Amino acid sequence: MRSFPIEIVGEAVLNGLLTGAIYGLVALGLTLVYGVLHIINFAHGALLTLAMYGAFVAWHTFGLDPYLAILPLVPLFFALGYGVQRFIIGPASRGQDSNILLVTLGLSIIIENVMLAVFRSDTLSVQVDYAMEVVELGPMLLGYPRVVGFCVAFLVALLLFVLLTMTDTGRAIRAVAKERTGAALVGINVGHVYAVTFGIGAACLAVAACLLLPFFYVNPRVGNAFVLVAFTIVVLGGMGSVPGALLGGLFIGVVESLSGLYLGDSLGQLGIFLIFILVLLFRPTGLFGAKA
Amino acid sequence: MSQVFSPSRRALLLGAAGILAAPGLSRAQAAPVKLGILQPVTGALAQDGEYGRLGAELAINEINSTGGIKALGGAQIQMVFGDARSTPEGGTAEVERMNSEGVVAVVGGFASPICLAASQAAARYDLPYIVDVGVADAIVTRGLRNTFRFSPGFGSVTRAALDNLATLNNNAGRPARTVVVVHEDGLFGSGMAQLMQRELPSRGFEVVETISHPTPARDMSNIALRIRSLNPDLIIPSSYYAEFVLLARTLQQRRIRPKGIYCVLNGAASNFRFVREFPDAANLVMDVNHWADPRKPKTAELRRAVEAQNRFWLYNTPINYSAVMLVADALERAGKADRTAVTEALTKTDGSFTRHIMPYGPTRFENGQNMAAQAVNTQVQNNDIKVIFPTDFADAQPVFPWPA
Repeated sequence: MRSFPIEIVGEAVLNGLLTGAIYGLVALGLTLVYGVLHIINFAHGALLTLAMYGAFVAWHTFGLDPYLAILPLVPLFFALGYGVQRFIIGPASRGQDSNILLVTLGLSIIIENVMLAVFRSDTLSVQVDYAMEVVELGPMLLGYPRVVGFCVAFLVALLLFVLLTMTDTGRAIRAVAKERTGAALVGINVGHVYAVTFGIGAACLAVAACLLLPFFYVNPRVGNAFVLVAFTIVVLGGMGSVPGALLGGLFIGVVESLSGLYLGDSLGQLGIFLIFILVLLFRPTGLFGAKA
Repeated sequence: MSQVFSPSRRALLLGAAGILAAPGLSRAQAAPVKLGILQPVTGALAQDGEYGRLGAELAINEINSTGGIKALGGAQIQMVFGDARSTPEGGTAEVERMNSEGVVAVVGGFASPICLAASQAAARYDLPYIVDVGVADAIVTRGLRNTFRFSPGFGSVTRAALDNLATLNNNAGRPARTVVVVHEDGLFGSGMAQLMQRELPSRGFEVVETISHPTPARDMSNIALRIRSLNPDLIIPSSYYAEFVLLARTLQQRRIRPKGIYCVLNGAASNFRFVREFPDAANLVMDVNHWADPRKPKTAELRRAVEAQNRFWLYNTPINYSAVMLVADALERAGKADRTAVTEALTKTDGSFTRHIMPYGPTRFENGQNMAAQAVNTQVQNNDIKVIFPTDFADAQPVFPWPA
């Protein structure tokens, strides 16, 4: 194994943290939906791709900067997520979790193929002036869009934490997550809370998409690359844990970056899935997860 | 006497009328010749397929508007289009359909796996198949009499790539010694990396490291970091479009500036989309690839026609244009729209076939491969893609090593 100078390793760690924050944001939506609805949302990757196309169209057709596109896309995706859970997944599941699994899987296939039909399979990217700018930190050069992504991802996580702990909606969400029947008995509209949670998950993806686009590309299959990592993060951080998702994201980001540096990018992915298996073997509840 | 002359005069008049009427009559009656055009216009290769189809369409329109196939009384060429759907199965299914519709030949395929399967399917019906791009050497080594490739194969492209690199380096006073190969970890990229590792040392280069990455790749920062710590003179990437674009942009961002980036059969480096969208990252990148002959007036004319449609100038278009022209040339020489006769005529194609716009010498087929076909070295210069090698076809001087 090759040895690298300290500033190269340092830069790799920082890069990992920056990318990891955005992974964390993608995982946040996934873990929230799991924590409350107790389902794995297989449409998560497809929704991320959809949001990235949303941000692309906002830039390409309306000339909107991807960061500004967060403002219209977040309410739009909240509404979309709400609607999908309320009017498609909820009714189609008929109370069976296994049905939900299949419905979200079906949804992802439909969304991906509609995007393939509309946008073709071309790889698209946006050109913004700041895409290639760097933030200099001593000898290290950090990509400006990644630094922005890191800060915004933390801000979103903080907002979500405030929402969950200090608002009535948040209390209702947590109540439903803990005890569905009990929450219904005290007058909480469970169907509504489910849909709100799904909407928040989708809104997280909208933010992640807008943060990714300035330095990434979009094609109809792009979401899958992120969602596999997000699954690992959710398992590592603990299914349903918000701080777990964020810290798990940072950790996985650094692991990916360092194993990519030392083993090469093809084998770098290995580190992520090794962790996935190790966590499942030795700590199936994850770092922050409560007992299932 | 007048009685003797009279019928003969009538006959003469009739004959004259017949001669006058004949071309018009036969032009009206000459049955159109059906030509199969196979391209992947849906799926992962859709972009390439679209540009291949465009080239075939432009050639067919040109042939039809300039009097059709003259040896067949001005017969028009009728395109029978098939979408290979980016898979070999899709390609063979469309060849079956084209056969039942009675095409005289099939042109296209784009990717090697599609070309391999589709030409095999066409061989069962003795249907001439002209490969447009597919570079796999196996395409022309299976002994199929119906399969022709007008463009160069993998072996010839890579040989030229290595020889030209050595010449380029020697001419510049050997500024480059150390090389890092960055490649995608599939069959294409890994095969290319092995070849580079094997062949480069004998040409005066040292491969200090080969770095692989998956497709799709999310991030190239680590590769950029490794390259920075290795500080090679030359970077040789072999990746698909999106990954190479990501790599070139990351290198630019991290201010990594080697003495040159030299690509072989790269998806992006000879693609005007990359040049238009990221001119700074693309500037001075070199590639060894298919490219149209810049010295032929027809090339400029075709390029204007393509750009007038708001589309990019990619190599797929001139290759398919030339391959359709090759079929038209064979039809003229065969004198009949018959598959066996066309195959025979294709085999005998020689330097008199000049309606193509590729930078090749006089055409000569050996076991279906055009022995005069060659790849050229291109370089992105001032937002344009120029040919820098071989010098016979070049329209610019190489910029190597890159200015600091």
